[in-house]
Amino acid sequence: MVLPLYPRQPDTQRLAASICASVAAGAGIALGLLGLTAPEPVAFSISSTAPLLVFAIRIDPLSAFFVLTISLVGLAAAIYAVGYVRHFQGGTSIAALGSLANGFLLSMTLVVLADNGLFFLMVWELMSLASYFLVVTEHEKTDVRYAGFFYLAMTHIGTAFIALAYLILFQSAGSFSFEAFRHPERAVPEEIRTLIFLAALIGFGTKAGIVPLHVWLPYAHPAAPSHISALMSGVMIKTAIYALIRIYFDFLGGQFPWWWGFLVLLAGALSAILGVMYALMEHDLKRLLAFHSVENIGIILLSIGAGMIFQTYGLKEFAALGLLAGLYHTINHAMFKTLLFLGAGSLLYAAHTRNMEEYGGLLRRMPWTGLFFLIGAVSISALPPTNGFVSEWLIFQTLFLSVQLPDLLLKLMLPIAAAILALTGVLALACFAKAFGISFLALPRSAHARHAEEVPAAMKIGMGIPALLCIGLGLAPMAAIPLLDRITEPLTGVSIAGKVLALDGWALAPVNMEFSSLSPSMLAAMLILTGLLGLALAFLFGGRLAKRYYKTWGCGMNLSPRMEYTATGFVQPIKRVFSTIYQPTVKLETEFLQESRYFAKQRKFELHIEPVFEKHLYDPAVRVFLKIADRLRLLQAGSLHLYLAYIFVTLAVLLLFAV
Amino acid sequence: MPPIVQSLLLVTAQVIVLLAVSPFLVGLIRKVKARFQCRQGAGVFQPYADLAKLFHKQPVLSTTTSWIFTATPYILFASTLSAGLLVPTLSSQAPLNFAGNIIALVYLLALGTFFLILAGLDAGSAFGGMGGSREAIVASLTEPTMILSVFTIALTAGSTNLSTIVHKTALLEGIVTDPSPHLMALAALFIVTLAETGRVPVDNPATHLELTMIHEAMVLEYSGRYLALVEWAAGLKLAVFLSLIANVFAPWGIATTLTPAALAIGLVAYAVKIAGLAVSIGVLECMFAKLRLFRVTDLLGVAFILALLGLLFFYILRS
Repeated sequence: MVLPLYPRQPDTQRLAASICASVAAGAGIALGLLGLTAPEPVAFSISSTAPLLVFAIRIDPLSAFFVLTISLVGLAAAIYAVGYVRHFQGGTSIAALGSLANGFLLSMTLVVLADNGLFFLMVWELMSLASYFLVVTEHEKTDVRYAGFFYLAMTHIGTAFIALAYLILFQSAGSFSFEAFRHPERAVPEEIRTLIFLAALIGFGTKAGIVPLHVWLPYAHPAAPSHISALMSGVMIKTAIYALIRIYFDFLGGQFPWWWGFLVLLAGALSAILGVMYALMEHDLKRLLAFHSVENIGIILLSIGAGMIFQTYGLKEFAALGLLAGLYHTINHAMFKTLLFLGAGSLLYAAHTRNMEEYGGLLRRMPWTGLFFLIGAVSISALPPTNGFVSEWLIFQTLFLSVQLPDLLLKLMLPIAAAILALTGVLALACFAKAFGISFLALPRSAHARHAEEVPAAMKIGMGIPALLCIGLGLAPMAAIPLLDRITEPLTGVSIAGKVLALDGWALAPVNMEFSSLSPSMLAAMLILTGLLGLALAFLFGGRLAKRYYKTWGCGMNLSPRMEYTATGFVQPIKRVFSTIYQPTVKLETEFLQESRYFAKQRKFELHIEPVFEKHLYDPAVRVFLKIADRLRLLQAGSLHLYLAYIFVTLAVLLLFAV
Repeated sequence: MPPIVQSLLLVTAQVIVLLAVSPFLVGLIRKVKARFQCRQGAGVFQPYADLAKLFHKQPVLSTTTSWIFTATPYILFASTLSAGLLVPTLSSQAPLNFAGNIIALVYLLALGTFFLILAGLDAGSAFGGMGGSREAIVASLTEPTMILSVFTIALTAGSTNLSTIVHKTALLEGIVTDPSPHLMALAALFIVTLAETGRVPVDNPATHLELTMIHEAMVLEYSGRYLALVEWAAGLKLAVFLSLIANVFAPWGIATTLTPAALAIGLVAYAVKIAGLAVSIGVLECMFAKLRLFRVTDLLGVAFILALLGLLFFYILRS
């Protein structure tokens, strides 16, 4: 997937990078589909000279599914890049951007394929570094550098915990191969397993962006070029979901106490609700989308957590359902988030700003981008009959099945989680009504928006692919469910495709038709038919339609963009109702005319949302860290003799220990 | 009769009943309110005449709008009517029961809300945005309550499909001895109904005052057949919620078999029940003043707590 790009022409470089990536992504899609349908996992390895390190890859259904997801997003992003990267020509090295993007794709693919702990850590680091360099593509901007540094620091904290988890696994397994992790030489004691669980949750949680480890995400994802943001939000954070499922259900054999699942469920619920709430307050379109990634990772973890709880109590079918719903939402989120980030990229390309308040009226100027963005918005808001709705519906059913659990606390908590999921869903709806409505509807709010033009064909195709998949994955769950079932079957030991699908696949009926059922295709048919009925009734009662066009009434004045509702105004009631969470600070300064205090000369309005986690969790930690670093500076005198002395002392101490 | 023909006939009957009954409900509430205010009021069939008039009128469209504005009335009409098809009305064996359960109903209605908010923003006047913004907060506070309260009922019936719930309740299967969870859920759902259908004390459908209006602000720019469809959809939404309450909590009289006699009884029972509910809404609207927007959250908070208590009661009474 990587290719050092020799041609000198930026245009050729751009094309070459995208063609390589598209071909590789095509191969990845084929590989993913093959891996999902193959009867046996396929393994392949090259030994290395380094001890313990084996370049081993293995494709089982779980890996294959993630390869498929990565490749689908990669394909869309690569085609999109043909048009989009032109935007960067002149300032940035197109060759570097292209090969880093392709290297990033390759490393993500290897992460989900790796079959050796050390190799995994290596490609994991490669993935983090490649994405870091991509984040700082526009390194001449201060905030981009800050975002990059923040990302690098956070991701390494995460890697430290991941390395810890793998080292503990290595301790008991005696080897870094995943096979040895699965069947360790000696039984792992309960406390050590708990330690692995926690280290993995924190380590991978940092990458996934679960609250409160999400703080880097809204900085890093928007700073990267948009097709890279799509890759990062669409799939990179999902590699953490892959790793969590791999460790909990595969290495640890799906044996865990109930509180593990409960903790994952809680982390999921917290991420979902806070993610969407912070997203609502964002008016930078790409930051808004980044917060929605936090939300959706939360929804996925909610489902997996519920699955883990069921697994503990031996309700294997429900556990499989929870996992399946989570994985379904994983690929669905990959599709609509890619679509939305590419859409945001198109807006940035056309209107040269990420600030929503400067868009407006773009649906008329950019009809295709608008349509695609609308499809993405409807999907992420989980509205029928799109894919987001189908997977969230499955998650609701999983949570409702809590009625079968023996523990009263869990019986109550899972429906409450369902209520939180419902709240998350509606807030996402509000957020995307805002994002689409303010950006694409009404009058243009700035000169940029007035002069925006539709994006080139390559970008349209890049957005079209995920848009089609959003609709396809929603209408045809009968194609997706059997494939997903192949992943969850080895992990939980039961196959549920036959139980989830009913009526020859035309309806979903988790567990049985009696309890609940959903037929997305039927709902779509109903919507179309009733819509046509509406048209027919209008024609029947009203006859042929003659329309008259006139300007909107602006209370007696000519309507101007300044009279329109702003994004800030739109979310004001939500901010006020949930002010405990947002803790907004408002500053209003008014300068009056000298003659009279009844006339204001100018008003200044400032509004800030308290960044709770950064202020109360990270800032103190950073302060302590800097203080320690300050003390340690004494050691770094800069004298060569002193350093030689350090080496000598270290050696002596080590030798002492060795004896 | 082959089952497919029977199903088609039932669906058609349901569509006709819902479309026919919804303007009547609106008219009935207005009449009740008028009588309580010592006015004669317009006849209960006035909304039908209004709809017919609106369909004939030439619509005026704003020059700032896009296709979203003209598509929204149809999407709203379609999503509300589709949601209505998932709720049992005359018969507890709704043929489209398999198409979706209560979650599908909630999200179908949300689809309409989403597009209505967009349409409100599309015209570019501040009123539309104001209405959309308020609708968003009201919807976000009602939906969790709705999910929880319906789940409480679903627990008793062992199903989340509305027809199955109604069918089992009507046949007195799976009824718990203590009705308190049901009462809690009913109270919660009734408050949700008031909020979702834009009635006093959450919204006042009778005024066009920018300080208070929610639904009316969003649809302010609509005229002609578009307004007719939007109004009809609003009536439909009311009918959907009232049918839901009537048949889920009091399924008595509903046809559990598909004989003509049972269906006829079902029709009469249905008409009586939802007319009764409409009258009670009319009475309530006269007894209470509209709440200030930011006090509405307290009311909806109470509804959520009621739904939660219902769930808690269910488990405590069971164990």
